[in-house]
Amino acid sequence: MIDLVLKGKAIKLGDNISTDDIIPGRFAHLRSNLPELAKHVLEDAAPEFVSKVRSGDFLVAGKNFGLGSSREHAPVVIKMSGVGAILAKSAARIFFRNAINQGLPVLLCDTDKISNGDELEIDLTGGIINNLTSGVKLGCSKIPPIMSAILKEDGLIPYIQKHKDFKL
Amino acid sequence: MGKTLAEKILGLKSHSEAEAGDIVIADVDWAFVQDTTGPLTIRQFQNSSFAALASPERTIIFLDHAAPSPAQQLSNDHILLRRFAKEMGCRIYEVGDGICHQLIAEKFANPGDIIVGSDSHTVTGGALGAFATGMGSSDVAVALALGKTWFRVPESFFIEFNGVFPRGVYAKDLILYLIGKISADGATYKALEFGGEALAQMTMSQRITIANMAVEAGAKVGLFPSDKITRDFLTEYGRGGNYKPLYPGNGAKYERVIPVNLSQLEPMLSLPHAVDNVRPVTKVKGVTIQQAFIGTCTNGRLEDLAVAAEILKGEKRHPGTRLIIAPASRQVLIRAVEKGYIHSLIEAGATILPPGCAACMGLHQGVLGDGEICISTANRNFQGRMGNPEAMVYLASPATAAASAIRGEITDPREFM
Repeated sequence: MIDLVLKGKAIKLGDNISTDDIIPGRFAHLRSNLPELAKHVLEDAAPEFVSKVRSGDFLVAGKNFGLGSSREHAPVVIKMSGVGAILAKSAARIFFRNAINQGLPVLLCDTDKISNGDELEIDLTGGIINNLTSGVKLGCSKIPPIMSAILKEDGLIPYIQKHKDFKL
Repeated sequence: MGKTLAEKILGLKSHSEAEAGDIVIADVDWAFVQDTTGPLTIRQFQNSSFAALASPERTIIFLDHAAPSPAQQLSNDHILLRRFAKEMGCRIYEVGDGICHQLIAEKFANPGDIIVGSDSHTVTGGALGAFATGMGSSDVAVALALGKTWFRVPESFFIEFNGVFPRGVYAKDLILYLIGKISADGATYKALEFGGEALAQMTMSQRITIANMAVEAGAKVGLFPSDKITRDFLTEYGRGGNYKPLYPGNGAKYERVIPVNLSQLEPMLSLPHAVDNVRPVTKVKGVTIQQAFIGTCTNGRLEDLAVAAEILKGEKRHPGTRLIIAPASRQVLIRAVEKGYIHSLIEAGATILPPGCAACMGLHQGVLGDGEICISTANRNFQGRMGNPEAMVYLASPATAAASAIRGEITDPREFM
């Protein structure tokens, strides 16, 4: 089971962060060595990210986060960096599903209401983001029950190990 | 109420009514991985303690992204994939056989099939009327084991093609134009369903180019109905018996209808670093290029090489421009040799790469240097895509890439026709 209340600091990114931005193809040779691969997360798009991120921080992006390649290594290395959840105005379909399958929450909300460095508290059960810095509370869009169930089990593989099948 | 193509296929495969917005569990006809996502898929499969594949016959491994491998780690990934194929008894296509999506089209996809692959351009199979979609390694691992997966039935956009392509304008120009119009996230989670009177003249190779890029508008699938062209293609590739008619129902409900008049199109480009950053070639021409790349699952087929060879025959690449060409499959290469296209291309100064993904993803065979510009027939031009964040990629048709290789700058292909 994952933690249902998360607390951390916002790290802001822009629109259209592709999976090539998150983990470029030129590092394909490191994909079977995830700790090495994770050193390069967001290397081109946000060069300081790896040194600045602290466990529990939130990636707060604009629209269409994670567009492009289906490489599940993208949410894997984001999660390995310590990020507790991704907040975005919208997310690309495959990335969204991959992140949930890795037990990494993706919450779709109006991220313009969050500034870089804001302290956030997120209640995954109610889908409420409490911006402790600004005092603003944000709602986020609901995900299908099957995705909530997969997320609660910390990803698709633990979910399948437990249930042996999809449960609608 | 008539059903969309997406609703029809998902309904049949989930044994339910399947209306847009529903969550269904559907049978998977073909599940595949490639060599950069396959190793994680296999590890996830093994982590789940699955002992066997639901259907080894319907599980396919493709070694195409690092082909041949440029690094020991990728060679070791290939070993892992070959060993898994042997142990599980599934199909495997080796280095040099071709790109997964091209081989899926040549050998496997049928109208009404469900295909999942751990590669975003799995949507290519929509050209044949298959509900084909890209997923991550975990989802494909579970599909390999269970022979099924869950889907949210997508809402559909109907894209209505009318008119005929003018001289020098191709399917690539059409899909770039369409993505520019829809935008890179305008069809997120949606199905693009193609139709209209122009389909009767649209070859399977053109349909493949269009379906292949549906994901660049965010779409889950890019579906063509099946027709005589589908049946002829299946017959040509030895599986005509798998043809079945597939078309949307009368009164199917579409979220958007987007008409496109082919007759009014012109050669198009996607400018760095976004696929939806689309302009006509006439507005961009003159940009100096250091590399032209013709190939990929988008534009590495025989028709594409024919167009390039016709323009390049008797010409020479510009001395400042490298011209690299990668056929999409072994069969494409063989036919291109037989027809003399490869001869013309080599004489024009092209470097022919083995069938596979080649330079598309930036891991080998044409990585760009700092500040270099490449015109490419691929489907993505994100920053860093071709192996260097300091380089720039313009997406274009094979004709535009070929004409540009001759002049050493972005060139309107109609100047060579």
